[in-house]
Amino acid sequence: MNFDVQQIRKDFPALHQEIYGRPLVYFDNAATSQKPQVVIDRISEYYRTINSNVHRGVHHLSQQATDAFESSRNHIQQYINAQHAREVVITKGATDSINLVASSFGQKYLKQGDEVIISSLEHHANIVPWQVICEKTGAQLKVIPLTESSTLDLQAFQKMLNKKTKIVAVGHISNALGVVNPIREIIEMAHDFDIPVMVDGAQGIVHEKVDVQALDCDFYCFSSHKFYGPMGVGVLYGKTYWLSAMPPYQTGGEMIKSVTFEKTTYNDLPFKFETGTPNVADVIGFESAIKYIEDIGIAHIKTYEDDLLEYGIQKLKAIDGLRILAEGAPKAGVISFLLKDIHPYDAGTIIDKFGIAVRTGNHCAQPVMDLLEVPGSIRASMAFYNTREEIDRLVEAILKVREMFA
Amino acid sequence: MNVEDSAAQIVKEFSLFDDWMDKYNYLIEMGKSLPLIDEKYKTDQYLISGCQSRVWVSAELVDGKVVFKADSDAVITKGIVNLLIRVFSNQPPEDIIDADLSFIDEIGLKEHLSPTRSNGLVSMIKQMKLYAVVFKTKLKDQGA
Ligand SMILES: Cc1ncc(COP(=O)(O)O)c(C=O)c1O
Repeated sequence: MNFDVQQIRKDFPALHQEIYGRPLVYFDNAATSQKPQVVIDRISEYYRTINSNVHRGVHHLSQQATDAFESSRNHIQQYINAQHAREVVITKGATDSINLVASSFGQKYLKQGDEVIISSLEHHANIVPWQVICEKTGAQLKVIPLTESSTLDLQAFQKMLNKKTKIVAVGHISNALGVVNPIREIIEMAHDFDIPVMVDGAQGIVHEKVDVQALDCDFYCFSSHKFYGPMGVGVLYGKTYWLSAMPPYQTGGEMIKSVTFEKTTYNDLPFKFETGTPNVADVIGFESAIKYIEDIGIAHIKTYEDDLLEYGIQKLKAIDGLRILAEGAPKAGVISFLLKDIHPYDAGTIIDKFGIAVRTGNHCAQPVMDLLEVPGSIRASMAFYNTREEIDRLVEAILKVREMFA
Repeated sequence: MNVEDSAAQIVKEFSLFDDWMDKYNYLIEMGKSLPLIDEKYKTDQYLISGCQSRVWVSAELVDGKVVFKADSDAVITKGIVNLLIRVFSNQPPEDIIDADLSFIDEIGLKEHLSPTRSNGLVSMIKQMKLYAVVFKTKLKDQGA
């Protein structure tokens, strides 16, 4: 297939606008991606046609909406190669998925003296839920340290694994630095001790093919909105074994089989974890996003993105006084950098005026920023609709920043 | 100069610039001339929350007037807080409390006024006015 970025850009209406009189350069894809027209159309079509509640009505529309909803689940299942559709729990987002695991798994399996392992590179969404459940249960939170090159220290990790370790929760790709973690090795190492592994794939699924059976991860969490789909939808993949054993997370309608005032029987998987009316329109819209990605092919996307990232790294590295964080580490999609001793907030304010959307600050990953002893960074996060010309525009803006704060 | 005059003066200065770059260059200049607080005040107690960069503001009462000093680790933030200091500092508490801040809009920095902006301009203003309220009460107690 011929990867034609100009053709692809036409599919994303939000890319075609001017900000402060300049064409928008959208480099904040790690925060959320733009949506292709097919996704936008699907959502509006849903509301114009089959809008109705799912899983409860016998009427025609309700069945159509339910079919579309379940079709989306099946598509997600196929995309990540889960063994069963019941292993795909629809949530509100990666944060919601992680909270579900921390809360339900923790309630069942964690007790005083147990240990939970996360890593130094985690987003707050994969730190705080574990802190909270550890506090509740008396378990201890352990953190995989970083090597000199800002990768996870697997030797240290090996030593941390022991009988008290009940779960490992680790990110696939770091949102703050773009570092790709060796999750395959981590999963194997943990499984040698029969310890389950939850992968925070919020950034991971976006940049490479994810096959949960090949990975053999026990849980994999992600958000639709970072993966070209609508906001407000997420996925928790979990092996049947664990999901069956875990207690429900939230309770209410939809997740029950029968309710009397004395006793409630919970519904089967995945409905046990899906209480209340779900975000039907956006779940259905997410299927369109997955189809769109499949049509282009994640392998083509990866090749293009890796090339663009390499181009960006070379261009930015050449700027005097610019320092890329975690420079030698394997990366995907993200260049996180500092310019001399200019505060990221100052740089970001000026870069914005060039119509370029970057993120500045600690990117919800304060611990790793503290470890690297930086006040935050400027982050350009790329998608397959970004171009080399846009990188050149970023370089131009950075040079201006350097001049203004000289 | 009173609050109104200082604000008018700033509006006049900014009217000389017609593009954003000049405006920001000027803010950066202003950042460099900010009356800095003593290092000992750069503690959490004086830190203003709600900013992506760190901003510290201290205030003391000198001859019935409030004197503000500040610092930040970001230069643009220093420039912005210096604008506030030029308007608020050396003014009686009451004038600070009642100050009309439409000048910020007039100089084209309104975008920074939204409470969701990460620079915390709104928090700085709130904090400075809060200092003024405290000093006003103190003056009243002394006067009684
Ligand atoms: C690595 C990582 N994990 C979790 C999240 C949380 O995702 P959401 O806000 O969509 O729940 C993010 C979002 O920035 C992320 O980058």
